[in-house]
Amino acid sequence: MSHVAPHAEPLIRLSKRDAMPSWKGMLVRILGILLGVALSSLFIVLVTDLNPIEVFTSLFDGCFGTPRRIWNLFQNTAILLCISLAVTPAYKMKFWNIGAEGQVLMGAAATAACMIYFGNTINQWLLIPIMIVASLFAGMVWGMIPAFFKAYFNTNETLFTLMMNYVATQIVAFLITYWENPKGSNSVGVINAATKAGWFPYLFGKQYLVNIIVVVVLTAIMYIYLKYSKHGYEISVVGESENTARYIGINVKKVILRTMALSGALCGLAGLLLVAGSGHTVSTSTAGGRGFTAILVSWLAKFNPAVMTLTSFLIVFFERGAAQIATAFRMNESLADIITGIILFFIIGSEFFLNYKVNFRHKHKEVA
Amino acid sequence: MKKTLKILALVLSLCMVIGCFAACDNTADDETLTDGNVVSDGNVATDGNATAGDAADDVALDYSNIKVGFIFLHAPTDSTYDKNFMNAVEEVQATLGLSDDQVIVMSDIAESEACYEAAMDLVDQGCNIVFGDSFGHEDYLIQAAQECPDVQFCHATGDSAKVENIPNFHNAFASIYEGRFVAGIVAGMKLNEMIENGEFTAEEAKMGYVGAFPYAEVISGYTSFYLGAKSVCPTVTMEVKYTNSWFDIDAERTQAIALIESGCKLISQHADSEGAPKACEEYGVPNVAYNVNTSDMGPTTALISSKINWAPYMTYMIDCVVKGEEIAADWCGGFNEGAVELTELNTAVAAEGTQEAIDAAIEAFKNGELHVYDTATFTVNGEVLTSYLADVQPDAAYEGDTEVIIDGYFAESEFRSAPYFNIIIDGITAVVEG
Repeated sequence: MSHVAPHAEPLIRLSKRDAMPSWKGMLVRILGILLGVALSSLFIVLVTDLNPIEVFTSLFDGCFGTPRRIWNLFQNTAILLCISLAVTPAYKMKFWNIGAEGQVLMGAAATAACMIYFGNTINQWLLIPIMIVASLFAGMVWGMIPAFFKAYFNTNETLFTLMMNYVATQIVAFLITYWENPKGSNSVGVINAATKAGWFPYLFGKQYLVNIIVVVVLTAIMYIYLKYSKHGYEISVVGESENTARYIGINVKKVILRTMALSGALCGLAGLLLVAGSGHTVSTSTAGGRGFTAILVSWLAKFNPAVMTLTSFLIVFFERGAAQIATAFRMNESLADIITGIILFFIIGSEFFLNYKVNFRHKHKEVA
Repeated sequence: MKKTLKILALVLSLCMVIGCFAACDNTADDETLTDGNVVSDGNVATDGNATAGDAADDVALDYSNIKVGFIFLHAPTDSTYDKNFMNAVEEVQATLGLSDDQVIVMSDIAESEACYEAAMDLVDQGCNIVFGDSFGHEDYLIQAAQECPDVQFCHATGDSAKVENIPNFHNAFASIYEGRFVAGIVAGMKLNEMIENGEFTAEEAKMGYVGAFPYAEVISGYTSFYLGAKSVCPTVTMEVKYTNSWFDIDAERTQAIALIESGCKLISQHADSEGAPKACEEYGVPNVAYNVNTSDMGPTTALISSKINWAPYMTYMIDCVVKGEEIAADWCGGFNEGAVELTELNTAVAAEGTQEAIDAAIEAFKNGELHVYDTATFTVNGEVLTSYLADVQPDAAYEGDTEVIIDGYFAESEFRSAPYFNIIIDGITAVVEG
């Protein structure tokens, strides 16, 4: 842009910023969040007659108010983080997988099927491995179908994975007509409530601990996989440039298929955690939109699994807090959604300003 | 910058793990604490009542120790189903003089472990009664009820309380089929008026019904509506279309229009959105609604709505806890309890003499003189129903287990409050898949 003749210079122009010292970056982010809080407080004052301090207090209360809420916070963070980790390898490869929702649902359906059909016949210690294999496989197949078509026919993976979500939702809706109790109620209810067959054990009496531990371990593995393994390197090369990858002898088709298999399987794992580790049921809303939120989490963290713990926590923090705001002030969740939206906007905005510099016309040129 | 972030992330992960274990201990302590509190609360209520004695029943009850938590599937601002519950909550809160701290409403609670967590959270906040409004909440409320024996769990539309035999878990419903029967009379009289005006012949009198799912509650509902219409317009037939969703504005609208185009002269629905009533207003077809008065959406087509008023049950459950009495395992309210109501008749649309017919039918229901599913009034595959085993006990097999034809009528909601009439009778066309 700087090569354009001076008279053609636009009023505002953006340029890429050099890396900033880390303290300065953190400062910008904190400032961003504070600005977001200030603007949403203003919004609360203008639109409702609520006290913004009370509103933000109940936001924290909803997340940390009781040990149960803290557990819920971490359980929800773990699930969101799991799906975010799952989509990350694909995104790093620039394979726009927006089908996580469907892949999670397929994993959930496979888990539920195992629990329903084998719950009374197979020993618990054999049943859980079967569930693990089935859910990973179901998610993997759902991820690999669009990958196959992308690799061999160069189809548009965004549309393909999106449509696969609808197919998965319909499959689950169809299965529910077989599993629902009573007939027509559209509700499967708690599976194996009496026998607890296929339920993950409660470690130390805590229901969600298994889920949380699984995801913590997965985070570490994914971090190492992406950063230090040969596979991880291949993924980033394919993501940077397919031609380069081909030139240095990487089998691009293989990498696409393998990475989507992994991505889908991990989504299937999230489905497993949702059914066997927490809900013990399946419905078309089991994934609950997390497949899409996970994309935001992954991008905000710039595909770094360690940072994703932070970003997923942040999203869930607002989500849980928002629900409490709705309850405490007898509002629907719209108010809370607006507050969350404003703050997220500022968080994303500060990432933008960390990467780009705004230059105004008639200012001293090349300040940097 | 990256390094700091990484360190932060690491610290956070560590906190997460440590926090988990720390939380373990806390929860354990806290659970015993809350349990203890609830127990003592319960005792206070019972003791108070015991000393006051049953003689002092008329004395104003002391509601100061009551805290009720409500779990709603959707936000009352979005769904008419939850709105109907919310209206009852507000009414009860005002009548009993409960403060805002004593009534907690949690909306948008899915039929998953989210419901269990919400119920337990309400218990943590000191609620002595937890109320769930959706069928799919049942299993999770039962789970919570087993863990908190000193808190009462009440569940609308469920069917398991009688079987599960958990002393603090209760189901409730209303004999809404009676309300729908009355609404059916209104529809039938409107059809008669249109036939008399020469708009169509008696043989062409077909009604359309938009149902959510082929579920007993829905089937029971449209059959009673149909029988009500048939009691005044004997030639009427009815076509049913399902949306396969409890709340889907577009699908309800589409199905209503499809029914109108296939020759239906009047539409009713059992689903939670304004899709069908608005479509009816556009097409100028009379509509009978459910749960909310729709005369503002259809000033020239809305006839009447049958509705469940949950306030009597909510008052009942709260009074029971205050008095230290047991809440019935399975409560079913009707016209006598004020649990079934009809909204104001839209006289601009209704046929002449409708109000009188409504009043007479309600009176007959109150006296027990009228039975909706009188086997003399309908046939199934051309034959009179003399025996039917209904699936009253919820089990995975969906098998009939209870004889429900008694004294010449199908005894709906007498063995269990949640409806179990699931027969497609002659005159109704409904495609049931599965």
